This record gives sequence, structure tokens and C-alpha cells, in this order.
Amino acid sequence: MFDIKDLYQEVIVDHNRSPRNFGKLDDADTTLEGYNPLCGDKLTLYLKTSDGKINDIAFDGSGCAISVASASLMTDAMKGKSLHEAEALFSAFHNLVATDDDYDAAHLGKLTALAGVKDYPARVKCASLCWHTLHAALKGQNTPVKTE
Amino acid sequence: MNKPDTINKISNNTSNFDVDKVRADFPVLQQQLRGKPLVYLDNAATAQKPESVIDTLATYYRKTNANIHRGVHSLSEKATAEYESARTKVQAFINADSTQEIVFVRGATEAINLVAQSFGRTTLTTGDEIIITELEHHSNIVPWQILSEQTGAILKYIPINDAGELILEKFAGLLNENTRIVAVGHISNALGTINPLKTIIDKAHAVGAKVVIDGAQAVPHTKVDVKALNCDFYAFSGHKLFGPTGIGVLYGKQALLEAMPPYQGGGDMIQRVTMANSIYNDLPYKFEAGTPHIAGVIGLGAAIDYVNHLGLVAAAQYEIELLNYANAQASQVPGLTLVGTAKNKTSILSFTLDKIHPHDIGTILDGEGIAIRAGHHCAMPVMERFNIPATARASFAFYNTCDEVDALIAAIKKCQRIFN
Repeated sequence: MFDIKDLYQEVIVDHNRSPRNFGKLDDADTTLEGYNPLCGDKLTLYLKTSDGKINDIAFDGSGCAISVASASLMTDAMKGKSLHEAEALFSAFHNLVATDDDYDAAHLGKLTALAGVKDYPARVKCASLCWHTLHAALKGQNTPVKTE
Repeated sequence: MNKPDTINKISNNTSNFDVDKVRADFPVLQQQLRGKPLVYLDNAATAQKPESVIDTLATYYRKTNANIHRGVHSLSEKATAEYESARTKVQAFINADSTQEIVFVRGATEAINLVAQSFGRTTLTTGDEIIITELEHHSNIVPWQILSEQTGAILKYIPINDAGELILEKFAGLLNENTRIVAVGHISNALGTINPLKTIIDKAHAVGAKVVIDGAQAVPHTKVDVKALNCDFYAFSGHKLFGPTGIGVLYGKQALLEAMPPYQGGGDMIQRVTMANSIYNDLPYKFEAGTPHIAGVIGLGAAIDYVNHLGLVAAAQYEIELLNYANAQASQVPGLTLVGTAKNKTSILSFTLDKIHPHDIGTILDGEGIAIRAGHHCAMPVMERFNIPATARASFAFYNTCDEVDALIAAIKKCQRIFN
């Protein structure tokens, strides 16, 4: 039975209303912008990394509930992760929203709230914008990320 | 407009307009989506097709399909006759003087590009000026930006006020002896504003400028008379007029079209080709290089037949009553802000809702079987003017009903329940 609340779960509504890690990190060592030209979602990701680890991460910008909640949940999940762990979580998240494969719910934790996005192809990019931006930032890319 | 509380629901079968009967002509409307009856409110993006248009397309491919203008066999003659008959229908539909003034193109976008590249590029030079408006669809902005880059012409914009209406006093200030082209939409796709074309055209002509009208949003909602308007060019798309996608019309005054060079080269647009050069064909074929969208043209003819049979005036009146009802209902939803409140507008309800992003509104409405558009509507300068990234837009056609407006309002309230 179709229910829109499978997409807009309480966790997503909550993270959209009160996004975590929202705002600029003044002493960020990496800053990267992500932009979805199709719907206008924009975010800037701020990172503090050292010794192969994400010590702090934050974002600001504007977008739909899915993109804001995804960035909020992602930044929460990424704090303190090693770059290797971050990469593994990126793959797991991609698996969650963009493939029909089984996903590792324990690994993903609260991020599984975004599983419903898979049924809305037009919205997958909203959820994945911040992830692609993080992925590019960790790879040293310094030109803005675009998803279309 | 009436006061909101005095607006009653329109009956589905008033003596003037029997919407239940009209809906039966549109097969796509007879379906459920996500378990709910489809409520199609994205007509400004593309309109649905009546059975008669669908049948015409199928019959053409089943019984007639042949290339036009060259074959000596029966099918080719039949296809050519149907194709040219559609041109005559278009000519009558917009009251052009001659079928030579009716050029078939892919859509309004291609029509405007044709004018910019053929007329604009050969007549404009550095220091000349083009005036467009803040209200335009990108299809009536970007071709002029390209032309401006190519020729050195200056591009100016008529600003809009908070209601989404053109500020005509500013237009008067922009016009001068260097103005060569004024390009303006007939009806705004983002806000529904109906522009005062006659005033704009007369003022532009007074300084010797030519006027290009983007009529993509207008032809389904209002009777267009290019002679009464006295516009120099008028562009529209078939698919917003209940016809097929991929077909559109450029109307141009004959003297202007005759003086213009071809837009594309190829078959059908020539009288004679030698290795040294070519002699171009007469109007309108000079602008119809290559095998055209024959089925599309014939389908557009069927769409015009349908609209004529229905009566565009009665349909437009019904749409205004529907919009008044929708306005009244929407204005009673706390947190809903209408974007575009022009005194003279039609068929479009563009809005924002609390802090809910229009894309979330679009998805939640889709879950209720309601199709709207969420985004910048290819009119980013309009969004910038109102300092918003996007709006949700419900756009109506004559087959929509007050019950569908009620469904829209109920779904909007559901968005608020989810987010607030």
C-alpha cells in the first residue's frame, strides 16, 4: 500500500526542520559547493580533516526536505569517521538509494530513513547531492559538484 | 474578480460548458495514479490530447504515411493535401493573411530562434537594442542573449511589479530609436499574467522596432488574432494546444519573411540547386528544410479542429471561473502565498507554502494523484525577482474541474500536516 510517509518519515521531517551541523565552519580545511541545476538545491560542505579522519563537518545552503535531511543525517554520521570508513558509508548509501540490492541497515543506521527515495527517481539526486559533494571533497576536487 | 467568499463551485455541466462531456474526450484523464483518480494540473507544461488528435495520428500512420511535396503517387498527394490543409487551419485560427505566413517548426522555441538567427542576425548590429521582459520563459531570453553576443546588440529587460505585471512606464523609458526588436510573452508561463500586447506593439512600432510574441501559453486560453495585434512575429507550440509534441508554428508578416534568409538549408527549401549555389523556395517552404513532422502538423490541425468545435471563448470563460474558484480556495489556506497576482491573468496558480520546498509539495501531491509542476518553470529571472528558488504551479485547462481544485487544496493541507 502506497504511503507518502514512507518517504517523508519522522526522521526526515525532523532533520529538515532542525538540520544538524548547519552553518559555516570557520576553520574548515576543505570547502566544496554542490548544486543541483535541475531543482536549484544548493549546499556548501565544510570539512576539518587530519590524520586520515573527519574531525568536523558542517553544511549550509538551501533545498528541499530530502536534500536538507540527507545532508543533516550525513554530517551526523560522518563526524569522527576515517576517510576509509567515509568511503564505505558513501558506497552503502549509494546502494541504499540508487540500487535494488540489499543494504546493510546496521551500517547505515538512521540513514535508512532515506530508503523511500528509491521509489522516486526524480528525488534520488536530492538525497545524493551532499554525498557526491563529500565524495568529491575527500578526493581533493575543488570545483563545484553538479548533479543532473 | 469576485470576493473569495462569494465564489461558488461551478457545476460540471452548466449550460455554457459541459466539462464532464469534455473530459470524456481525453483518454489520459480516465485513469488512476497511485490508486487515486489522476488530477492533471500541469497544463502549462503540456496539455493532454483529445481522442480525435490521437486517432488522427494513428490514422495518418496506418493509412496515409508518405513524404510530402515530391511524390507523384497517391499517398504522397494525400499526405501533402492533409499537411497543407492543416496550414490553412492554422492560418484561420490566428487570422493570418496568408498560408505563406505560416511556417511549421518544432515548437515555440525553434520559432523564436528562427527569428533571432534569420531576422535578427541579418538586421542587427553593434549598438542596436533588443527589449525583452523579466517575465519571459528562457526560450524567449536565451535566443536574444545569443543574438546579442553575435551582433553586439544591447539586451534590455522590462521589469515587473510585485503582482507580476510588466511596468509599462519603464518600457517607455527603454524604447528609443536604436530599439530593433521587442520580444514579449503573450501570457507568462510562470505566473499566468496576460500582457497588454496591443499597447506594447504600438509603442514598439512607433520607434520602428519589430515585435516578436511568444504565444506558447496563450493559444490554448485565448483567441489570437495576429492581424488585430499587428505583431510582426507570433510563435506557439502544438503540444500546449492539445496537439502533438515536436510541432509548432511561426507566424511572420509576409514582407519580413520574404526578406529573411533561410534558417536551415536542405531539401524542400530550394527551387534549384547547382554545385555553385541554390535558389531558395518560396514562402513558407524556404523555412521548412528537410522532411517536416508531417504527422505532427496533421495532428495539430486536428487539435485546432477540436478547439474550434469546443469554442475557445466559452472554454476560456470556464477557465477563468475555475481560476477564480481556485484563487478563492487557495487564499483561505494559511501559509499559502500566491506568486503572481496580476489583475489580468489566466489559468495559472503559482504559490509557495510555508517553508515547504516546492519539490516536496510536488512529490506529496503526486502521491495524491495530482500532477503539478515544481521548480523555476524555466523562468529563473522571475524567481529571482520574487527572491524564491522555486514555486509550486498548478495550471488549468478547460477539462479541469472544481472538484479537482478541492483535491488540490486537500493535498496542500496534507503537505502542511506532514511538515508543520
